[in-house]
Amino acid sequence: MSTLLRLATAGSVDDGKSTLVGRLLHDTKSILADQLESVERVSRERGLETADLALLTDGLRAEREQGITIDVAYRYFATPNRSFVLADCPGHVQYTRNTVTGSSTADVIVLLVDARHGVLEQTRRHLAVASLLRVPHVIIAVNKIDLVEFSEATFREVEANVREVIDGLGIPGVTVIPVSALHGDNIAEQSERTSWYAGPSLLELLETLPAGENPEEQSFRLPVQYVLRPQGAAVSPEYVEYRGYAGQIASGIVRVGDEITVLPNGRSATVTGIDTADGELTEAFAGQSVSVRLSDEIDLSRGDLIASAAAAPTPTREVEALVCWLAERPLRPGDKVLLKHTTRTVRAMVKELDSRLDLDTLTGVPAQALELNDIGRVHLKLADEISAETYAESRQTGSFLLIDAQSGHTLAAGMIRSTVPEDLSATDWVI
Amino acid sequence: MRNPPVSLDLETDVRQESARHLDQLSALESESIHIFREVTAERERCVLLFSGGKDSVVMLHLARKAFWPAPIPFPVLHVDTGHNFPEVLDFRDRTVERLGLRLEVAKVQDWIDDGRLSERPDGTRNPLQTAPLLDAIEQGRFDAVYGGGRRDEEKARAKERVVSLRDDFGQWDPRNQRPELWNLYNTRHRAGEHVRVFPLSNWTELDIWRYIARENIELPTLYYAHEREVFERDGMLLSVGEFAQPRDGETVVTKQVRYRTVGDMSCTGAVESDAFDVTAVLDEVAATRITERGATRADDRMTEAAMEDRKKEGYF
Repeated sequence: MSTLLRLATAGSVDDGKSTLVGRLLHDTKSILADQLESVERVSRERGLETADLALLTDGLRAEREQGITIDVAYRYFATPNRSFVLADCPGHVQYTRNTVTGSSTADVIVLLVDARHGVLEQTRRHLAVASLLRVPHVIIAVNKIDLVEFSEATFREVEANVREVIDGLGIPGVTVIPVSALHGDNIAEQSERTSWYAGPSLLELLETLPAGENPEEQSFRLPVQYVLRPQGAAVSPEYVEYRGYAGQIASGIVRVGDEITVLPNGRSATVTGIDTADGELTEAFAGQSVSVRLSDEIDLSRGDLIASAAAAPTPTREVEALVCWLAERPLRPGDKVLLKHTTRTVRAMVKELDSRLDLDTLTGVPAQALELNDIGRVHLKLADEISAETYAESRQTGSFLLIDAQSGHTLAAGMIRSTVPEDLSATDWVI
Repeated sequence: MRNPPVSLDLETDVRQESARHLDQLSALESESIHIFREVTAERERCVLLFSGGKDSVVMLHLARKAFWPAPIPFPVLHVDTGHNFPEVLDFRDRTVERLGLRLEVAKVQDWIDDGRLSERPDGTRNPLQTAPLLDAIEQGRFDAVYGGGRRDEEKARAKERVVSLRDDFGQWDPRNQRPELWNLYNTRHRAGEHVRVFPLSNWTELDIWRYIARENIELPTLYYAHEREVFERDGMLLSVGEFAQPRDGETVVTKQVRYRTVGDMSCTGAVESDAFDVTAVLDEVAATRITERGATRADDRMTEAAMEDRKKEGYF
């Protein structure tokens, strides 16, 4: 079975992140001859002795001129067993927003740590982001192991320090691997030079990690994107009366005959059909784009949520959330913005700004405003109900965007901590 | 109602509904359908760029699935350089007819005829497409334009968002892109601006071909091996015809070739090939050591940042 695994890279500027990406592309034979030639040519023109694999990933004129990565780029590589979408994120300390962007869709984050320097402030920041965004798998690649003479003692020390941060953040299931991205040790194959390391190589691990969540453990949620009502002369007679509610299933499984509740109005119905252009299905699961038919003609439009009747969320006009502020203009209490949650966009007001996350101590500190790249905790009051859950319950129905109503720009990534007004005073930072 | 499975030896492409995990192609398909529905629901006037090339054919296939059983709810736009392969124009017209679509055509030739554009010394018209494209977007008051661009095509495209904001002048600002989070796409823009939308962002050339095989999608015949009179220029095999003639020292030979992309005839090269059907093309694409654009697109070879520069001006 070939599945798509989405991974994001993280790490600071000089820890060899571009080299690692170049190495993964190279070792999976994903760099084609003309690309390599172009990299070799440009490297020569710059007076370099060997091809600079970072040139493969820095695609913009300004990036190549300055030798830095400005924005997230997406790369594709495949092994015989699996295909990968890699979000190659810039490493600069201040660009938390890029790590947030890359991590929001990632199944796994590969965080580089320089074996010579161990845990840096940057390591803590990126682990904090991975933790807040609940990236399902975290891999720590302790890089440049060749520069510490493949020393097990050094690796163990770095590993212990990393584990301390991981445990503090409560991130489960982290794998730590000693690698040399430059020479390829433990990247595609296990290295003989780290005989003391018994675990898998980076690629072996990436090939075997489970992708996505198990829909069998989730409640069914389908945000309605589009109501399909064929009209006009071109529609074949059997579909003239068709009314399907189309969307991508956010979580769980739906079967024909299931009892569902439509939110926010709370009406109930039975699923009478699940359609795709390829034919009817008897069941569909998280990730599939389908169209469902319901037993009753209920008022239902884009922005509504179809949920399992047995376990439906409670619509709310108030949420407490963590936001990663992504805009130049600061966020202040009282600000009015738009909030996009699943397929529904509502007006929102920042009722309170509780605190800002201090990325060094990983604790909340009082704040008057959130600046670019800050992560903060806010209470939002909404002009209309949303059918939200906590981000801990669902990455799909627990996340939102804040949008500037005038310019249309995306201001923040939000993760809901609580949808129940009484709970909004909790002070801890765990999500 | 279900289509019979395509009987190809593609073990990984069998739909795996029982395992409750989407295989790669089904995941990509579902993501693209989500993007089509999301943007079409939120924007007033959408249009899909359709050239008859394989990516735009796959785009139409996905759009049809996204809105089935309703027809595709937007027109298609072809920016016609005037240097088309006749087989592709014929295919374009048949497809539009079959799906009951409205076709709009923006012609580079019209702009050259009335002097708004002038022919380039190298004869290539691809870079000339931008002005007619932007004009057609403005005239049609389109505020969401679907394109078949893929991030694996080119390094500037690797930086592109799925939903990408363009200003009043159609310009792309790669240094100031909106972050794109989860599957929450922000399609908003101010008056005069529009968004470009790339539902195939995460597909690779190989994914496209595997999908064409799985879904039995018809393509212009140029994509499969055939005999053709060609001559070699800058390592590319150009087709002899109205738009490209051999210069001194360039010899015309008949070769068995196929096309990996079917853009402007004057700058799109053919590759030698024995691939007469989709299975053979799949093998060829899987084994190739040259990228699609590197092999067959002269306009991308002009400078190191050719694509980025064109995109900044408003090109796709």
